[in-house]
Amino acid sequence: MTLLEIQDLHVDYRIAGGLLPAVRGVDLTVGKGQILGVAGESGCGKSTLAGAVLRLLPASTAVRGRISLHGEDVLGMSWGRLRAVRWSAASIVFQGAMSGLNPVHRIGDQIAEPILLHGTPAQRKAGRKALAGKVGELLESVGVPAWRAQSYPHELSGGQRQRVMIAMALACEPDLIIADEPTTALDVMVQAQVMALLKSLVTERGVGMMLISHDLSVLSHVCDRVAVMYAGRIVEEGPAGTLFTDACHPYAKALAGAFPVIGDMASRRAPRGLPGDPPYPLDLPGGCPFHPRCAVAIEQCATEDVRLRPAAPGRAAACVHVGVASESATALENLR
Amino acid sequence: MTSVHPVLEVRDLHVGFGPRKGGVPEVRAVDGVELTAERGQIIALAGESGCGKTTLARTLLGLAQPWRGQVLYHGTPLDYRNSALKAYRRKVQLVLQDPTGALNPRRTVYEAVAEGLRIHRVPGDERAKVAQALSLAGLRPAENFFGRYPHELSGGQRQRVVIAGALVLNPEVIVADEPVSSLDASVRGEILALLMSLRDELGLTVLVVTHDLGLAWNIADQLAVMYLGRIVEIGRTEQVLAAPKHPYTEALLSVLPETRHREPVILTGEAPDPRHIPDGCRFHPRCPALTDGRAQRAGVADRCVGEPLQMLPLHRAHAAACLLPGHVGDGIAGAAGGVPTGVTAS
Repeated sequence: MTLLEIQDLHVDYRIAGGLLPAVRGVDLTVGKGQILGVAGESGCGKSTLAGAVLRLLPASTAVRGRISLHGEDVLGMSWGRLRAVRWSAASIVFQGAMSGLNPVHRIGDQIAEPILLHGTPAQRKAGRKALAGKVGELLESVGVPAWRAQSYPHELSGGQRQRVMIAMALACEPDLIIADEPTTALDVMVQAQVMALLKSLVTERGVGMMLISHDLSVLSHVCDRVAVMYAGRIVEEGPAGTLFTDACHPYAKALAGAFPVIGDMASRRAPRGLPGDPPYPLDLPGGCPFHPRCAVAIEQCATEDVRLRPAAPGRAAACVHVGVASESATALENLR
Repeated sequence: MTSVHPVLEVRDLHVGFGPRKGGVPEVRAVDGVELTAERGQIIALAGESGCGKTTLARTLLGLAQPWRGQVLYHGTPLDYRNSALKAYRRKVQLVLQDPTGALNPRRTVYEAVAEGLRIHRVPGDERAKVAQALSLAGLRPAENFFGRYPHELSGGQRQRVVIAGALVLNPEVIVADEPVSSLDASVRGEILALLMSLRDELGLTVLVVTHDLGLAWNIADQLAVMYLGRIVEIGRTEQVLAAPKHPYTEALLSVLPETRHREPVILTGEAPDPRHIPDGCRFHPRCPALTDGRAQRAGVADRCVGEPLQMLPLHRAHAAACLLPGHVGDGIAGAAGGVPTGVTAS
């Protein structure tokens, strides 16, 4: 069942010089019990996309397209309805758990807040004791001892704080969780703990999740499907595993190659990067926005703005070399 | 090579913070480390936050003083008097994690790179030196970058400016603390390739502090894995990563998303507190070999819990501080002595 459906989403920030296009036509769906990964580098629009789903962007931002949550149009919702939807139908785990929590309030009170404000009437009217019980349960469910409800954020480690953020996101039992770089500042071992926790939430509770990260290797491990963004658009979408090991789009391939596979002699003493920098949104190159950095660009790329096209069953990529059996496909093959 | 001694050598190093009790500081951040860095070697120091890797790097730079043990530079113990330290720091340069924080937003690229030359009163053509450092760091043509401010540069270019600022003094050693962790994935490889080329062209010794084992696989000759103030495993990168001997290294490797063929060993809890270092093997409270019975079967479980482990000695090919058979505790790990880099994979 489709939980979240995004169609032709455009997001423009209003800045002094005019409109800055951050998201330029994105289509995505997230089903129940499914994890969709969104990968990309800073400035590619992935966090803007996350904010747009729950209308968390500044009021001056121009958002066009369609976002439907449980079939309900989010962009057309009244503020009252939107308030009810936030936390209880969909919630967000932000990056940087250090700044996401209020340093002068106890953890337990911060987890209780969304329940009191957004919970069902029964939850809201339940007494303090029931509420404390619920908070304790939530903490235990993310692997933090219940007595920690009495602690302040500075008394917890980074990994525990991130778990508290996840507990908050679960407080009103939403069907959709959007996690924006939930493990970026954490150690590898703690990252593995948090990722295993997120994965278990999806399998046990059947929630849908949109997991945003710059780290394609992490996404490929946890997600069902992954979308790679570049300059505000999805340039490749497909099953997580194959996208990491066998990407179609040259950018997705470069991004996957940037994370070495330990034990693979091809990457030993051979760090792989991508020359150049991502384009500034106000100054996008003509044609395919990736063509100035692309190793297999042809003349056509400078003029033709290629949109997503089928690459294989269940896969799509926005590249002239994709979906055509020709020399150019061989050129792409040789890039591997 | 100018001397028979390694460029940098660390012996029995202990660095701590806080009030001392019986001469021992409360926080034992680095708690017994031996390490050598030869000319032209890239060494990765890996571990989780709180393992002491950054304190070790700071001590190598002379920014922290050990309470026991010493740092030797070409065989001579480090002199902590101001004038001597200043001369030392010209030869051993630091590159920090976040280039945006490391650069003054109101100074141009030229001023940022020339600062070191001015501090050390280096004679000669400043402009030519700055231009040379910038082009070594991959910013070409260098003159085009002279007048630019940090906000006009991308993250990768800023890190190149920071590296140029280190190179301008013609150092022997670069200590890089998480040099790519704040950079985008596509830029990461470019900066790592730069560090490798600097080693190849200038014979620089590079010490990279990182939590990223993939980075070590990418560029490092030697890899030292730290846990709670000690090196728990050290050896040639290929050996340590392809055939880890310490259960901690095994666990770290198993949770990496790329290593799907390994069953992930997710350690519970977080890296422990350097205020309370456990007795026996310092890893024993989290050690999977104790919980899955490997240590019991090998008959070492009691020693793991109760017997303090020796510090890993220098000049071991591939060694791990672990009592399990095949590890250094029973004295068979790797070939006998020898300089680590010269030994072939077992």
